[in-house]
This record gives sequence, structure tokens and C-alpha cells, in this order.
Amino acid sequence: MSPVLQGFITIIVGVGGCVAYFYASNLILDKVIFPARHDDHGRNINRATMVRPWLFLFPAVFALGLYLVYPVVGSFVRSLYNRAGDEFIGFGNYSQMFSEEGFRTALLNNILWALVVPAGATFLGLLVAQLTDKLRWGNFAKSLIFMPMAISFVGASLIWKFVYANDPDIGIINALRDTMGMGPVDPMQIPFWNNFFLMVILIWIQTGFAMVILSAALRGIPEETIEAAIIDGANPFQIFFKIKVPQIMGTIVVVWTTITILVLKVFDIVYAMTGGNFDTEILPSYMMDYMFRDDGRATAVAFVIMIIVLPVMVWNIRQARKEMR
Amino acid sequence: MANLKLKDVAKTYGGTIDVLKNINLDIKQGELIVFVGPSGCGKSTLLRMIAGLEKITGGTLEIDGQLVNNVPPAQRGIAMVFQSYALYPHMTVRDNMSFALKIAKKSPEEIEKAVAKAAKILQLDDYLDRLPKALSGGQRQRVAIGRSIVRDPKVYLFDEPLSNLDAALRVATRIEIAQLKETMPDSTMIYVTHDQVEAMTLATRIVVLANKGIAQVGTPLELYERPNGEFVAQFIGSPAMNLLPGEVIATGPQTTVKMANGGVAVSDYPTLDSDMGRKVNVGVRPEDFLEVATGADFIFNGKVNITEALGEVTLLYFEKEPGASDAVIGKLPGIHSGLRGTEVKLGAVPAKVHIFADGESLLYR
Repeated sequence: MSPVLQGFITIIVGVGGCVAYFYASNLILDKVIFPARHDDHGRNINRATMVRPWLFLFPAVFALGLYLVYPVVGSFVRSLYNRAGDEFIGFGNYSQMFSEEGFRTALLNNILWALVVPAGATFLGLLVAQLTDKLRWGNFAKSLIFMPMAISFVGASLIWKFVYANDPDIGIINALRDTMGMGPVDPMQIPFWNNFFLMVILIWIQTGFAMVILSAALRGIPEETIEAAIIDGANPFQIFFKIKVPQIMGTIVVVWTTITILVLKVFDIVYAMTGGNFDTEILPSYMMDYMFRDDGRATAVAFVIMIIVLPVMVWNIRQARKEMR
Repeated sequence: MANLKLKDVAKTYGGTIDVLKNINLDIKQGELIVFVGPSGCGKSTLLRMIAGLEKITGGTLEIDGQLVNNVPPAQRGIAMVFQSYALYPHMTVRDNMSFALKIAKKSPEEIEKAVAKAAKILQLDDYLDRLPKALSGGQRQRVAIGRSIVRDPKVYLFDEPLSNLDAALRVATRIEIAQLKETMPDSTMIYVTHDQVEAMTLATRIVVLANKGIAQVGTPLELYERPNGEFVAQFIGSPAMNLLPGEVIATGPQTTVKMANGGVAVSDYPTLDSDMGRKVNVGVRPEDFLEVATGADFIFNGKVNITEALGEVTLLYFEKEPGASDAVIGKLPGIHSGLRGTEVKLGAVPAKVHIFADGESLLYR
């Protein structure tokens, strides 16, 4: 059978199956289980109305349960077994991991990432949003700054590989050093600081996201409050920090936490730039190192990441809900 | 506590679109000046120019004899109350009121004293630690006023401060503003509104803006009794003044006009001999009409289309005459039942009959 035909059949069966499910289950509920007939019709209609949402939600709840909840539980169980998966070792993977230099470096680096990248991207995004707000060519500048959002992390890493290249003919940093008469360096091999050079890439990508959201939030501030502040004698800095920023604080927190969650998932940049060498490992790339080699260890790392993300996630969702009200 | 002097003030957008021009106005200390006018006449723009939120593109503005065209808003000694209150939503009432003083680096004791005083005047003592969202519309407006009071400005500017309030609250807050003005007899206030009642009740003098300029300036009753043109005559007073076409047939200290529809109007407006035979519009306010007996002289006669009995007065809407832009309206005191569909003849005492030629009042020339 040709793949195209196969695809078509899949779509027809899938979509048709969904329609059939909703139609048939609804029909069965109304006609067979709680029929609106005889003495019971009023009560039966009420009961059918109570059941119906659950009936319609069932496919989504089932799929989410199967593909989200089960893997979480399954991963946790797997992380309690040894490398081959045939021997229960309790928290052995975790204790061994924490005693390892490599993991501790990755954890520390990751904390650094989670602090610096959201701060940097949010701050720059806010700055750009404010500076371009009233400019005629502001929208053009914003589209340029937004563009990196459309580049994949690996693609972005490749671009920055050129920027950081250890060759004055290719890398801009070394080209600058060359004109000043300094010898070439490899920024990726400068201990500790190389982490920040990697973070710059993600900040470069995420500033556009922060800018778009914060720019919309800034526009939402009532103009009169700003005029009132002008009459009250506030200078532009005071207006920005005491009137504008507090009014969009909710949005800033949402942007900040959203980027934090993203940071805790990114492995591609480190993977593509240094492969985790020169002490630049972070948790997701550390996990990748063990995946398929030692699944017990890899799932343990995954769990540590999940536990770190969880509180940020909860805060993010709460704040976003508050914003919507 | 200041005089304001506007000389040939103009506002042009983009160099070509005139919004206001030739605004000349002297505002004395302690006056409450109300800007009224149809929407889009530039009254809010003029207020914002005085505040410094809009650039003055022509003419000069002086506050207390000092040219302030290019002085930033905060240094003009003005305070403004916005239609939307414009409270800082993230600050408590106390912080809202003290913001300007904190910016001005006043001492905490001084700020505390000023806020306490304003809160007392406006009965906001119990709400000082609340956020604006926990206040009602009227309370928010009081906070906005309090924010102006603490700054102790030379000039208070109000931009339609009551239009976001419901009808009952509007009346209550209007009276509060009037009382506030009583307690601060030296402060100069400028108040923009499109509500006639606010203008009539609050103003020391009303400035009617129309056609990019000032139509007339005067005390509320001056404008009501002696409008300088058809625009002001119809703008002040509700329902609007009736304008009826006619021709001057006798001149002198009193003028007689033969009405186009057959009646005769006598007015206390003086006319010159040269006015003889001039086509004019006779203006009579609905409330100045009197029912006249059969056979007596009348100014207007027509068939009543609709009546509205309000108890204290009865409104008569006459059938629209062919060619006239508005139907004539009469407002007779008391209850008059059974007038609908009948012919009614109306007159007025000479003191209440206005005469306009080419849109201008014959009283001012």
C-alpha cells in the first residue's frame, strides 16, 4: 500500500472514529441508558446532562493519562532500578549521582542558567519594548529582535559557533582581539565564563519572546496614569520603574517563569556547542549522556529536573490565571 | 492661587489641522471657570494645554504673570483630576496621594500631614490603606481630588470628573466639589464638562467653545439671559431655545418683528432705523412661552403634536413647520391636559424675546 493512501486511510479512520465516538456515545446515553421517556423523563434528562461532560472528556482524559501520567510514574519506577533494569536498587541511582562531580557541576550550572537567562531575556525584552514603544521604526526593530525566536536551538548554536570561532577570519570576538593585537582564544574553553557565553545564545533567542509579551502589556497601561505621573512631577525613569513596571508586574512574572521552565528543558545548545565539555554540562545534556546507556540514571536525572521545574510551573500557572481575571 | 492669562492661544496638529485658535481668556484668582461645548470642540485639548500635556502651538499662556508655554507640567503649579480617575492601581490610597510629594522629596512628616488633611476634607480617613480597586467610583474620584489637594496647586484642572459616575453619585459629587470650592475660596479651578447642569451650578464664569474658538464667556445667567448668538442661545438651556423667522417692522428702544407664520413679537432688544425690514430670527426659550388668549397678539401658533406632562411643567412639541430645522417646543408651568392635537397660541413678555440676525444677537454690536 502506498504511504499516501495509508495516510489518507488513517485520517479518515481517525476523524471518522472521533465523530462516531461522540455521536454514538451521545445517542446511547440519551436513548438507551437514560431515555427521556415514561415517568422518569425529567430525572433521566438531568442524569444524562450530568454524565455527558465526562463522556465527551473521556478521550482527552484517557490520552493525557496514558501519555503523561503513566510515563511519569513509569519513569520514577524505572529510576529505582539498575542500569539493566532487572534489579531494584531503591534510591541508589540518586545517591550515586549526587556523589558525582559531573552531576554537581551540571546542577550548579543549571541553577546559574535558570537565574541568568530569564533575568537577562526579561530585562532586555522589557528594555526593547519600552524603547521601541513610541518609535516610528519601532515595529521594524521589534521584528528583527523577534526573528531569532523562529530559529531552532541547534541552528542558533551553529550561528554562534561562528561568532565564537577560534579563528580571527571567522569569529567576531577573535577578529576584534586580532585588531587589538591580542592572540586568539577559544571562548568555549574559558572555564566558568564559557557557561555565560552559552547563555547569551538562549538570551538572544528568548528576548524576542519577552519583548512581544511585555510590549503588549506596556500598551495596556492606561495612558492617564502616566499623564497623572507627569503632572505629579515624575521623571521618565520614575515613570518607568514606579508607574509602568508595577502595573505590568504580573506579566513580567509570567514571562520570567515561562523562560525559566524553558531553560530547564534546553539541552541542544550545550550539546551542539561544547558537548558538555569544559565544565559546561547542564542537567538536560547530562541526562542525554546517560540516555540509552544507563536508563536508570537518565530517568533519575529527568526526575530531578521535574522536581525543580514543578514549583516554577505552579507559580507560573497561578500568576497567569491571576492575569486573566 | 493664581491668575491665568491666555493670549491668542492656538493648537495645530501636524502644521495644518487647526483645533483651536485665537483663544483669549483672563482667569482671575478664585474663579471656577467651566469650559463647555459640543463634543470635539477642543475643550479637553485646551485644558490639557494648560496642564502642559499638550504643546501650545501658538500664543502664550501665563500663570501668575509667568510665561509657562515651555514649563513642564509639574512646575506649572497645576493639579489635574482625570475623567477616568487615573489612580495608580498598584498603590494604596495613601501612596496615591503622597506620590507627588515623595517625588518632590518632601519630608515624611510633611507628607503625612498633607495626606491627613486632604483625607479629612474628603472623608477618606478610613480608606487610606486600601487599593483603588477596593473603592467605589465616587470614592475613587475623591482620591483623585485628594491627590490634587495634597499638592496645594495654584490651579486645579478637572477633566469631566463626573462623567464616569452614575446619575445619583454625580449629583452628590457635584455638590461635594461645590463645597470644596467654598472651603478653598482662593484656589482657581478650571472645569471641563459637557453637562450643562454642572456648568450652570458650579461655574463662576462659563466659557462656551465652538468652531475652534470661544463663542462667549460670561456668568451662567449672563449666558442664559443674554446669549451673544444663536449657537450659545441654543447650547445653554434645555430644551434648546426656539428660533422663529420674522421681519423687523418697528425699531427703537423696543423692536417689533412680524413673524413669518403670522404672529407678532415685541422685544426689549433695541434696534436702529437701518434695521427696518431686516430678516431676523426671534428666539424664545420654551420656558418663556405663555399661553395667550384668543384674539390677543401671539408670537407662535401651531398644532400640538405630542405633550409630556411632568407634573411641575408640561412640554408641548409642536408639529414641525415645513422648512424649519427643529420643531418648536413649549414648556408651560403646571398641568395642561387635553392640549394634544389642538391649536395653541403662544406669546412671551418683551424682556424674554431675543433677536438674532445672521446668527448674531442684536444686543451685542
